[in-house]
Amino acid sequence: MAKELLKGNDAFAEAAIRAGCEAYFGYPITPQTEALEHMSKRMPELRRVFLQAESEVAAINMVYGAACAGVRTMTSSSSPGISLMMEGLSYIAGSEVPVVVVNVMRGGPGLGNIAPSQADYNQMVKGGGHGDYHPIVLAPATVQEMIDLTVEAFDLAEKYRTIVAILADGSLGQIMEPAELPPMQPVRKLKDRPSWALTGAKKRDPNIISSIYIDPVEEEKVNLRLMAKKAEIEANEVRFRELLLDDAEFAVVAFGTAGRIAQSAITEARAEGIKVGLMRPISLFPFPYERIHQLADEVKAMLVVEMNGGQMLEDVRLGVEGKVPVSFYGRMGGMVPMPEEVLEEIQKLARSVKN
Amino acid sequence: MTNPEMVESLIYEKPESLTDIGTHYCPGCTHGISHRLIAEVIDEMGAREDIIGIAPVGCAVFAYNYFNMDFAEAAHGRAPAMATGVKRVNPDKVVFTYQGDGDLASIGAAEILHATGRGENITVIFINNAIYGMTGGQMAPTTLPGQRTTSTPLGRDIELHGFPLRMCEILSQMDGAAYIVRRSLHDVAHIRKAKKALRTAFEVQRQGLGFSMVELLSSCPTNWNITAEDSLKWIETHMIPTYPLGDYKVHAALSVK
Amino acid sequence: MQTEIIFSGFGGQGALFAGQLMAYTALELDKHVTWFPSYGPEMRGGTAHCTVIISDEEIGSPVVTNPSVAVVMNLPSLDKYEPLVKPDGVLVVNSSLVDREAKRKDIEIVSVPANEIAEEMGEKRLANMILLGALLERLPILPADKVADALDRHIPEHRRSLLEPNLVAMKRGASVASG
Repeated sequence: MAKELLKGNDAFAEAAIRAGCEAYFGYPITPQTEALEHMSKRMPELRRVFLQAESEVAAINMVYGAACAGVRTMTSSSSPGISLMMEGLSYIAGSEVPVVVVNVMRGGPGLGNIAPSQADYNQMVKGGGHGDYHPIVLAPATVQEMIDLTVEAFDLAEKYRTIVAILADGSLGQIMEPAELPPMQPVRKLKDRPSWALTGAKKRDPNIISSIYIDPVEEEKVNLRLMAKKAEIEANEVRFRELLLDDAEFAVVAFGTAGRIAQSAITEARAEGIKVGLMRPISLFPFPYERIHQLADEVKAMLVVEMNGGQMLEDVRLGVEGKVPVSFYGRMGGMVPMPEEVLEEIQKLARSVKN
Repeated sequence: MTNPEMVESLIYEKPESLTDIGTHYCPGCTHGISHRLIAEVIDEMGAREDIIGIAPVGCAVFAYNYFNMDFAEAAHGRAPAMATGVKRVNPDKVVFTYQGDGDLASIGAAEILHATGRGENITVIFINNAIYGMTGGQMAPTTLPGQRTTSTPLGRDIELHGFPLRMCEILSQMDGAAYIVRRSLHDVAHIRKAKKALRTAFEVQRQGLGFSMVELLSSCPTNWNITAEDSLKWIETHMIPTYPLGDYKVHAALSVK
Repeated sequence: MQTEIIFSGFGGQGALFAGQLMAYTALELDKHVTWFPSYGPEMRGGTAHCTVIISDEEIGSPVVTNPSVAVVMNLPSLDKYEPLVKPDGVLVVNSSLVDREAKRKDIEIVSVPANEIAEEMGEKRLANMILLGALLERLPILPADKVADALDRHIPEHRRSLLEPNLVAMKRGASVASG
């Protein structure tokens, strides 16, 4: 398929459709509303389910219901809406049904604004809802990655019976770039729904989907299973992209839009003779701790750049384990760092290590 | 050895739609009755293999253990939203929620209102016993004025806590409502009427007419601090005057034998 | 080679669409391109701008502090972007809606009375295309005929009657810039 100029929000919505998403439930919120609008037009055309819910609380519970019925289902929202979904996400995690959620983050806390932000890192990556659970969290940096990771999200959600969150920021929702959509996958036939799904107990024992285990012994077993799943995901699903790290003395670690802004700054810094490269985590859970740990042996210092007050920073430091200095540059509240600002931080880092 | 003189006549059996598990409900509680009525109706309709139930948070949280059919357990108040998700991708199945007064009329007020507004083709069984049972007897949105609960120790003061919500009256105003009725479980005659209403509600769903809800006035002797027998009388003397029985909305196109 | 263009004006002046049109054209020429809009709570009447980056290589940051080009359709946009254009860059000014001359000496200034020309043509909404035509005449980052092809493909159906006037508007803008 040829490349088209696509807006991030339209692109991930269409990618979900092509990945066989059979039911979408959502609520309008800037800056992701184009996705909901795209779904409202395309899903009925394809005789699939689109429903604008009365709230994000209802939307995630509708997704929960559809997931229990064994279909590919998703919702998308932006920060305040995602906060409202946390209850539902915890139940979904406890019930181990596959669900895809897209968070097109905006400035916060509170009502904040609609400008791009990465301040929901902790909320999404560390669970967000109550209880011990870890959704797979994927962070795209381009419209093409919005598409590719959304498709992958459905497969991963079903492979591990888990939540997969796409963590993008407002600019990725609004930007237009050339990108290629995948071919259309058919939706699953009723007879092919998973054996655990709620489809009516015809000629089989009833299926029960629940997140309540009143006996702590049983609940701990569930938690142990979730932890085993977590370990499996950590072993198999780490994703990141590196640039110019082969000979690098310094590494910038940044995800999503901050990653591509850092990429521009690195190009400038290289032109000035600073040997710096980029490590861009794509899977935020599982986080590439191992690679960061290794990288700490290869470079003299690291710089973390985020559109928040320093959230992924903590994970980078966990990976580095104090082997090299880690500095931080962040913009908050919907402010986007400019390449010049990042360049200045790289220059500072280079100076501080030489001195 | 069989005695040809003796004719076996079955007068009572467990519906196929119930499991063999004994319930956890308190003695004198009417949850058991409503479970059985639902199960009998599902058996009679031959719908057991085509039905999906959604359990609430509240005393009926374990309902899925007692019904012999596909079931999910929702978050508190969210059963109508979850049922919506299940129904929209299983349009040929019968989907019902089973919710108490706190679940449906308090924390889940938005979800029930909008499920009704959409004319969501699901059936809701609403157990109104005017109190929070599972957490130990606190005020519910349906608690009567003056009624003592553990969170209204001096009785529900309407100046402080406002008035009880009458859900049938509220929901029956909405265009998406196809069948909204209130029944009571306090004596045999009323129990029979309740069963008939449950059957009708499921038929409404099968006919695709829209949202159906049967409210069942129910007892909670444990948290009302009275005997089981008195609790049935209390439904009649105290609850029915505030929550009058009757058909609040019946879709014009409904055809039931 | 990378060119960054900021197109800025009041909401409704078509700054975002003009930028999109450049992005569509760049795509069809197999270039790397990003179009990044300002997006605000105001649906109409506020300020609207977009950043278009056209490059032969993978594009990092979709935002820039100092663009190679700014097309400013009103006074607030002139005030904001005139100081930011890179030295030797291009500033296209809609002289109809500003009450001062651009001051920079180290950039090329293209002054076009776009609203007057548009009104002369009987369609106020053509100002954006007049300015785009002027820009492409002075800085041929995209061939004008390819932009015309892209417009033909991407003009919204309910605006199709404006296709021809849009093409004429681009030519009018180009002739002002060359003259």
